[in-house]
Amino acid sequence: MLMLRFEKPLYDLRAKINELEEMGKRSDKDMTKEIQHFEQAAEEFAEELYANLTPSQKIQIARHPERPNFKDLVDRISENFVEFHGDREGTDDRAIAGGPATIDGIPVMIVGTYKGKSTKDNLIHNFGMPQPQGYRKALRLFKHAERFNMPIITLIDTPGAYPGIKAEETAQGTAIAVNLAELAKLKVPVIAIITGEGCSGGALGLAVANKVLMFEHAYYTVISPEGCASILWRDAALADKAAEALKITADDLLKFDIIDDIIKEPRGGAHYDYDLTAKNLKKKILKNLKELMSKSADELRNERYEKFRTKGVIAK
Amino acid sequence: MTIKDWFNKRKELQIAHRELEEAQIDDSIGKLWIKCYNCNAQLLKKDVEDNLDVCPQCNYHFRINSEKRIQQLFDEGSFKEMFTDVLPTDPLNFEDTETYKNRLKSAKEKTNLNEAVKCGEAKIDGERVSAAVMDFEYMGGSMGSVVGEKITRAMEYALQEKIPMIAVTASGGARMQESALSLMQMAKTSCAVARLNEAGLLYITVLTEPTFGGVTASFATLGDIIIAEQGARIGFAGRRVIEQTIKQSLPSDFQTAEYLMKYGQIDILSTRKDLKATISNLLKLHKPYVVKEETVKKVKEVSEKKTTTAKKKTVSKKKKVKVEA
Ligand SMILES: [Zn+2]
Repeated sequence: MLMLRFEKPLYDLRAKINELEEMGKRSDKDMTKEIQHFEQAAEEFAEELYANLTPSQKIQIARHPERPNFKDLVDRISENFVEFHGDREGTDDRAIAGGPATIDGIPVMIVGTYKGKSTKDNLIHNFGMPQPQGYRKALRLFKHAERFNMPIITLIDTPGAYPGIKAEETAQGTAIAVNLAELAKLKVPVIAIITGEGCSGGALGLAVANKVLMFEHAYYTVISPEGCASILWRDAALADKAAEALKITADDLLKFDIIDDIIKEPRGGAHYDYDLTAKNLKKKILKNLKELMSKSADELRNERYEKFRTKGVIAK
Repeated sequence: MTIKDWFNKRKELQIAHRELEEAQIDDSIGKLWIKCYNCNAQLLKKDVEDNLDVCPQCNYHFRINSEKRIQQLFDEGSFKEMFTDVLPTDPLNFEDTETYKNRLKSAKEKTNLNEAVKCGEAKIDGERVSAAVMDFEYMGGSMGSVVGEKITRAMEYALQEKIPMIAVTASGGARMQESALSLMQMAKTSCAVARLNEAGLLYITVLTEPTFGGVTASFATLGDIIIAEQGARIGFAGRRVIEQTIKQSLPSDFQTAEYLMKYGQIDILSTRKDLKATISNLLKLHKPYVVKEETVKKVKEVSEKKTTTAKKKTVSKKKKVKVEA
């Protein structure tokens, strides 16, 4: 497990405990009391540390290379997943993955951004940064879901839509915009979950949903803190400051009515326990699915419209 | 994401321009002149203004504010501004090198505008439209809660009145100082476009210098017809962000209106001079043709006659079959 910088004191304490345990084994001296003392200290420290994470610490967790990705989550929350490929126009953008599956026997369409785990994997999936073709592939799957009356679940973990020459030539902005408008029209329930990074229009292109949920340590923002810092402070190194100012954490976004609910993560972050993470996720999905599936197509569309219609704060 | 690029480039040009201007201005006569960014020609300000803020020598289109755009695009005096009571606030208590509150204050002082978009009802050659015209001079035309709200209201007004909607964009993208609330405006305005689509109402977007980021990735590129003004720079990601990502420099015509045309992203490339006539023509072309009542009656009569004759024929055939059997 890759240790994050702010976790070092905790890892040091654990190393100390290991050391004491080894010492205990090697000598006759009873170390139990000392070990207990350090264990308690480590426990208290961990509680304190993880309960008071700063926005930039949460970003580190959200970007953790071992954070459960699309496949890790889909494998654990659903059965019978079949991956569908391609935009039918010449491209299969692997930064987007999706296909039908069942969750507790309910057929659904799961679509999401895909981050690799290894360097090789990351190159294949372009670090979870979709091209316009990825958004068009996603839209094709949304329409498929609508035709077969499947609720849609989106899993979002992206540093943003890819900024490149080909992306501009093939209309990145338009691809995202079309998804926003088309998601608004869908007759089936849509549940979006920000599982890690939710950066800008690249994330929103999959998030015009009836319910928007967010993992406890995920972040969701109009621009990456680095991008914001380099524009407003003219110094990308001030990303921590920008992260504070942008109010990107799940708690803040719940307050501003941007998201509907927060999904608890194992202590320290989702990467510490995939199974528990998936269990929490599945529970929230099922709860929302049951609520939304009992509504008519018109209700779903109207509620989705109203949900975004009321977003924003103007002077009183 | 992109405001900085624009801001920097614009600022550099402005500084260079100002220095040049200052060097040349020995008397007040100098103030009457401006220099074309493109062809470097010294031009009489009045000549440029009389030419819709287009360089008379090289056809370079100077950036114009919402007031001038409204004057040029709509019938004289026809624009009735609406939703002027929708005003910005600072929900995040945002502060970078300056507070958002101060930025709002100085933007208002500088532009005499309440926000980065003007919305209202207007006429184009007598045709009623609902219009939204963005203004780059107000915080880079960035879209926060108020811009999103006013544009959405303008679209809802089009829906209510069953008239076409026209959006003229000029924006660096979503406004960072309102963070996720700005992001939500992309969804809000796009949902409103979805309603226009479903109601079968015509929605025309006019992309002008510059149109980027969250505006490009929402209502700007959702027009039934997308027009781009000559020379305008339009894109999703900013030039610098792309250069940093791909570590190579970009062609000089990258993200221009002409470039977008080449890549099939816009319907029409228009000069400023032709813009009003182009839109006026499109409005006429998309007016549903109503068939005269008289014609409807005639067609009905003819088709009824045919059906009766056909029925008679079938009946007589059946009889024949019976006889043969
Ligand atoms: Zn010129």
